[in-house]
Parts: sequence; C-alpha cells; structure tokens
Amino acid sequence: MPLALSALAAGILFGLGLAVSQMTNPAKVLAFLDVTGAWDPSLAIVMAAALAVFFAAFRIAQGRPAPLLADAFKLPARREIDAALVAGSVLFGAGWGLAGLCPAPAITALISGQRKAFLFLGAMLVGMLIYRLTTRRHA
Amino acid sequence: MENFTPLSALAGGLMIGLGAAVLLLVGGRMAGVSGIVSGMLKPSLDDQLWRACFVAGLLAGAGAYAFFAPDNFIVQFDATAGTVAAAGLMVGYGTQLCHGCTSGHGICGVGRLSPRSIVATALFVASAMSTVFMTRHMMGAA
Repeated sequence: MPLALSALAAGILFGLGLAVSQMTNPAKVLAFLDVTGAWDPSLAIVMAAALAVFFAAFRIAQGRPAPLLADAFKLPARREIDAALVAGSVLFGAGWGLAGLCPAPAITALISGQRKAFLFLGAMLVGMLIYRLTTRRHA
Repeated sequence: MENFTPLSALAGGLMIGLGAAVLLLVGGRMAGVSGIVSGMLKPSLDDQLWRACFVAGLLAGAGAYAFFAPDNFIVQFDATAGTVAAAGLMVGYGTQLCHGCTSGHGICGVGRLSPRSIVATALFVASAMSTVFMTRHMMGAA
C-alpha cells in the first residue's frame, strides 16, 4: 500500500509536469522535432530539468540501502547494446515523429476526450501485445 | 522560435523529474511509462496496484491542470487517424523491443548514466527528427 501511494503521488507530479510544460500536446512535441522548421526547443528544457532532478535523486538513492517505503530498489538489469535496442529505438522514434506522442503523453492526452487520443493509446497497447505474443515463443 | 516557452518547460520538467524521484526514493521503482503500461497487460497480479496508481496519478495530474487552466491544455493532432493508429502500433512495439521510452530511457536511464539508455535516447530522438523532416519537408505533408 505505501508503494501504491508513492506511485500515485509520483504519477500526479509527473502528469502535472507534462501538462504544465505542454508535452501533452502532439503539435508542441512535433515543433521540437522539426529542427529545420519553426523550431521550438521547449522539449529540450523539459528533458534537461527532469534529468537534473532525477540525476540528483539517483545519487541519493545510491547512498541508501533501500527506498523509504519498499523493500529494495528495482533497477533495470539489462546492460547490452544489441540489435533489439537499436531497432526498437528507431521504430519508436519513427512512431513518435509521425504522431507527436510517446507513452506518457499518450495517457494524459485522453483527458482531451479526442477520438485520436483513444485511437493512439489503443494502437499502442495492441503494439505492446503483439510484441508480447510474438516473443514469448522464443523466450 | 516564437513558440518557445522556456519557463513553463522548466517548471514542468522539474515536476516530471520530481515525480520520477519520488517513485525511486520512496517506492524504489523506475518511472518508465512504457514499462509500467505494458506491465499492466501481463496476466500476473504482481505489481499491478502501484502501476494502476501511477497511471491514475498521471490522469489526475493532467486532468487537474486541464480543469483549472483549460485554455492552456491543448491536445492538437496534425496527423490523420490512419497515421495516428500506425504511429501508436510503432510506439507500442518499438518501446517493448528497446525496453523503454522517453521517460524510462530518456529521463531515468540517462539520469543513471546507463550507456544503453544514452544510445536508445540518441537513436529515438534522431529517428523522430528524421521522420518529421521527411514527412514535413520532403513529402509535403503537414
């Protein structure tokens, strides 16, 4: 339960930050990605600010045996830079550049009630399921 | 650069970082949204409550802002419905293949100085910029 409450608080902060910085708006994100057009560098500021805070938080976490309200820090175990990382990143980036949405804003965009927001999230979930169903055989 | 909004970007970015910091320091988890969402599709009950709470928080945080500042909460899609659907599939499959997205690799991974995440972030940003360049400036589509 404490983990759930911390996740709720973290989600609220994260969602508020996305809305305040307008990263919930696909047109704003595409304006950042359009380097040769009317470039809007706002997303770079958002990333830099978020990174600075998380970088400091991670240094603090490294000096602690466990998080405040959970048993252990669960960090990603993968280390290798392989073909899947490269192909997945390129494919994800292409989709991001086509619609202007990545997974977190895909959720907050639902607040707008627009049909395309639900369409994007639905398609994203289908894409995730296709990955799960097609890779289980090899695993 | 008439659309550049550095102050709201700075404020929002700090809040996003703080959200990821709370989840790490209090709950010990990474705020990687593609992983949190795809984890909810697993047929296991482990870790489902905190994931659902995080997603509910995302909606609550953005929803509160949209309620109190409706003029500033804009969600404008330029792409057609078909392109939006194709893009959603690519984002869903791609983030699973590379195990992360803008939050998991871009903020948490780069913030941990993970070489894997630094490579992933450089690649997906370059891929997204190339895609926008091709669709807007080479194919003539908006």
